[in-house]
Amino acid sequence: MSFLAENFPLIRDAFLTTLSLAVVSGICALLLGTLLAAMRVSPVPALRGLATFYVELFRNTPLTVVFFFLAFGIVYIDLQFPSRFLTAVAALALYTAAFVCEALRSGINAVPAGQAEAARALGLDFRQSLTTVVLPQAFRTVVPPLGNVWIALAKNTSIAAGFAVADLTALLQRLSNSAADELALVFVAVVAGYLVITLPSAYVISVLERRLAIVR
Amino acid sequence: MSATVLFDVPGPRGRRRQRIGSAVGLVFVLGLVGLALWRLGINGQLDPARWAILFDTRTNVPQRLLGALVDTLEVAAIGMIAATVLGAFLAVGRLSDHAWVRIPVAAIIEFFRAVPLLVLILFCFLFLPRVGISTSAFGALALGLTLYNMAVLAEIIRAGILSIDRGQSESAYAIGMRKWQVMTFILVPQAVRRMLPVLIAQLVVLLKDSSLGFIVGYLELLRTARSLVETLNFQFGPIYTFQLYVAAGLIYIVVNLLLSWLARILERRSRRDTKTATAEKTELPADVQMGGGGGPL
Amino acid sequence: MRITRYAAGFAAAGLLLAGCASEAGNQAEEAPETTAEVEEVEFPEGSTMAEIVEAGELRVGTKIDQPGFGLANTAGEPEGFDVEMAKLIAAKMGLSEDQITFTETVSANREPFLVEDRVDIVVATYTINDKRKELIDFAGPYYEAGQDIMVAAGNPENIEGPDDLAGKSVCSVEGSTPAENIRTNYPEAELVLYDAYSKCADDLRNGNVDAVTTDNVILTGFVAGAPDAFELVGNPFTEEPYGIGVQKGEDEFRDFINDVLEEAYENGTWAAAWDKTAGAITGTEAPEPPSVNRY
Repeated sequence: MSFLAENFPLIRDAFLTTLSLAVVSGICALLLGTLLAAMRVSPVPALRGLATFYVELFRNTPLTVVFFFLAFGIVYIDLQFPSRFLTAVAALALYTAAFVCEALRSGINAVPAGQAEAARALGLDFRQSLTTVVLPQAFRTVVPPLGNVWIALAKNTSIAAGFAVADLTALLQRLSNSAADELALVFVAVVAGYLVITLPSAYVISVLERRLAIVR
Repeated sequence: MSATVLFDVPGPRGRRRQRIGSAVGLVFVLGLVGLALWRLGINGQLDPARWAILFDTRTNVPQRLLGALVDTLEVAAIGMIAATVLGAFLAVGRLSDHAWVRIPVAAIIEFFRAVPLLVLILFCFLFLPRVGISTSAFGALALGLTLYNMAVLAEIIRAGILSIDRGQSESAYAIGMRKWQVMTFILVPQAVRRMLPVLIAQLVVLLKDSSLGFIVGYLELLRTARSLVETLNFQFGPIYTFQLYVAAGLIYIVVNLLLSWLARILERRSRRDTKTATAEKTELPADVQMGGGGGPL
Repeated sequence: MRITRYAAGFAAAGLLLAGCASEAGNQAEEAPETTAEVEEVEFPEGSTMAEIVEAGELRVGTKIDQPGFGLANTAGEPEGFDVEMAKLIAAKMGLSEDQITFTETVSANREPFLVEDRVDIVVATYTINDKRKELIDFAGPYYEAGQDIMVAAGNPENIEGPDDLAGKSVCSVEGSTPAENIRTNYPEAELVLYDAYSKCADDLRNGNVDAVTTDNVILTGFVAGAPDAFELVGNPFTEEPYGIGVQKGEDEFRDFINDVLEEAYENGTWAAAWDKTAGAITGTEAPEPPSVNRY
């Protein structure tokens, strides 16, 4: 136990890095993903095509490849992120946005057609029926899948460890070397760090799921 | 399906506006692509001689990339088979009538879905040998992929079992089958068959996740591309870096698109087949598709 | 089908490109021959050497991303001074080169590789120190390096030594001695840690870090590969004796390796190995070999 106490500042900093990485990229992914989802159901074919292309591209590419591209590839088109943390945020956000879009789209599709038809019959246009009728209901049905995307994102942040971000997994690698005799404790501490993020999230999601469920 | 009724079929004016909007959008996107190509051109990245390395067998580059793709597919296939088998057992276990089976199985499933895959792989590689289980880089990667995916697949197969018409199990019980017989001969085979498209879609996730092997030094596709970059960087400077990353990314995308396409064909076929037809759509949840240790608790 | 059309287009583009040769292809050359000669030898029953000979395989952990010491060629086989050392040892055990299995050991997992019996020896620019000796044992040293700093060509940040690193971003590898040294002795430096030095070199080239620090021989390899991008400060501030890692308590095996090294020092194979690998890259003469430390 004294080992954990000694290394507490390290563990805390690594945990906060992981948490902030997840939160910042989660917010960016939510914004971008919502935009993509709106594009995917929009009347303009070009927008639909663009959004579909984006989703298919990122759905079939490993996140590690996205990381490599942003860290060491885009320099060849004279682009560069100011820090490794922001590179990781960008990679996670771009990748996750595709899945946020998928979750939202399945949510929009889960809203019964009658709702949209009724909205249209009342004379609401595309924007109005989307923002006042369909999306509010869709957001309720997508809370569980979106929450799960958030949990997956929190775990995916671990890949940033391979790209010079000092997160929990990087700490695991560091301590597994320098404190090899305490390896079990190192794993416990790091896994606990992730569980502190994922378990309460899962709990909140299940509560929200019950609260927001629409009785039909 | 609300998406299709959200807007009227546009009239002539609407169509014209859309066309103009699309044209403007297209110009914008093409402009961005052009800008990127222009910068690439200025940096000499579009020089055909640089791209030729991907096809020049004298450099060993195409052989290495293909060999690495085979290694990647191998670890993904082994992980997939083991995960499906173990996942089926866990799914049955979670549906058990006995609490002493159900609860530990549920705990196993939840635990492996809650831990990042990367940490799981490191655990297999660094910790298991401490307790006497020796693992190679390949073994650690395959085991990590298996442990994580068996938990995901257990939930998918469980949903498949539950979706099978109750008449199936009831008639099996009626002819005197026991619970384990009903499970192994009636429910699990139908569930796995019904879930085939989803299982193939999961293979895409596994293939993506195998790129995490870099952390234990397994030379899968991405690590191999990286290794080639290192070597060529040293011999020629960074003139092939961009090309190799693009090649690795494209190989993943092409293979995964082929797999997704196969999954869609199977799904269409199984929907036509009345024996396995499902009412609901068989699509992987978005978070499962994310891989990398994704998945709900 | 759309897919077949794409595939056809792709193949056509490939053929077109294959028509024009790449620079790398034109320079593809035969692998250099080895200096080590295979001998028949007898080992006492039950010794580690006898076990390895019986298994017919020497498992070697090395690096595959360090020019001069251990860098995979495009065929995927590692080449370098470390690799030559492993070949020397194998040859003295009567094993041919095909009987050596090389495994990549990145800096952060070298001890676990030995502790968990994944490899028999680690030859991977591996500094001998007391902390590591708690877990494993070292033969050698077979080379004396020193920690140095690599900067962008022209040294724009005017870094002359480790004290100038304060407030600068400096890249190294997690789990390596240079990283620990910076962390404890020069805490004002902003440390950026990857899992391989090649990523550090990329970051320095792209201007994301101000300097890369590790042992001078590793850095000279990178500088030799890109003299117009990198520059070595040339002011080593530590002593890094490189050893060959063996599993804890393998004293007999360690003695054997030390004998092999001493013989190679005397008969010139050590110097020849240097000339062929690291020396060929940096254009330096083989240094005076260090004296083996039989603790």
